[in-house]
Amino acid sequence: MTPEPTTPQHSRAVPSLQVGDYILESRLIMGTGGITDLAALEKALRTSGTTLTTVAMRRYSPETKTSVFAMLERLGIDVLPNTAGCYTVKDTVLTAELAREALETNLIKVEVIADEQTLLPDVVETLEATEQLAERGFIPMVYTSDDPAAALRLEQAGAAAVMPLGAPIGTGLGILNPHNIELICSRASVPVVLDAGIGAASEAAQAMELGCEAVLVASAVTRAQDPEAMAAAVRLAVEAGWHSRRAGRIPQRRHAVASSPMEGIINPVEDLT
Amino acid sequence: MPTVRINDTETMLPEGARVLEAVAHTTGRELTDTGAPADGGRLGVAVALAGEVVPRSRWSATELSDGDALEIVTAVQGG
Repeated sequence: MTPEPTTPQHSRAVPSLQVGDYILESRLIMGTGGITDLAALEKALRTSGTTLTTVAMRRYSPETKTSVFAMLERLGIDVLPNTAGCYTVKDTVLTAELAREALETNLIKVEVIADEQTLLPDVVETLEATEQLAERGFIPMVYTSDDPAAALRLEQAGAAAVMPLGAPIGTGLGILNPHNIELICSRASVPVVLDAGIGAASEAAQAMELGCEAVLVASAVTRAQDPEAMAAAVRLAVEAGWHSRRAGRIPQRRHAVASSPMEGIINPVEDLT
Repeated sequence: MPTVRINDTETMLPEGARVLEAVAHTTGRELTDTGAPADGGRLGVAVALAGEVVPRSRWSATELSDGDALEIVTAVQGG
């Protein structure tokens, strides 16, 4: 007699995420910078399963004809324009307006940096830009520091998603302050997306375990020795992290807790404590 | 013939040129009056004139004059 087929108790599928009025199907948002081989980028994007991917806005030049925009359109991946390179509110708002006009999307990754050396977000300018963009009908997904107070202010200013950094852009240092990321997640009423700093798949899983609703990864994939393989790893990590978070981790303790029964041990040793 | 700055490069355009002609000139694409590429698809380009976005619907109605500064942008890899 063959056993009855069992129905899985839970589905492996991770549900989609609502950001403003946009439905994010995959919780892995990808970046497209840091790689010159467009065919390799395409493979990585396909393998990542991403449904939303960032682009930057720059002056048109004849070389941009075979553009990344055309590739994303062909792959059916939505574009998330960023305001990378902006230092002021004025430039950020103009860049966002140009992006909306060119790419026909209200989504905008707000990125206002303080200086070129650290690429750290200028939170004061970011806050003002977020407010203005929300008023103009954008869906601002806001790159920010890992400051829990700033994250709340951005949410109040109209951020549809708050995107704290794990570490500075491109460093691959992982999540330098997990406590802050967890605190941001625990108090947020909009999705928190970990943006920047991830170097390997494990850190994407960690972000999800800390309570992030999605992860944005660029350099970790595009600058990996094998971008496609890393895209596959990060995809699985985001999924694993999401399930792990919902499974409910055990509390962390200072001392061991035996998992085998202590009763019935043969020749028990005297209690040495 | 107006000389306008397109992406920081002095460019001579024919008399009566509008934003539409400037975009066609820069992208090398033939455009309909609505600003859409004549050969279909999406252009993925936006224009700012003196720091203000000119919506595609206004490209054919916006005539350029000597000394105008245009920014014509598109999506590139990044982020």
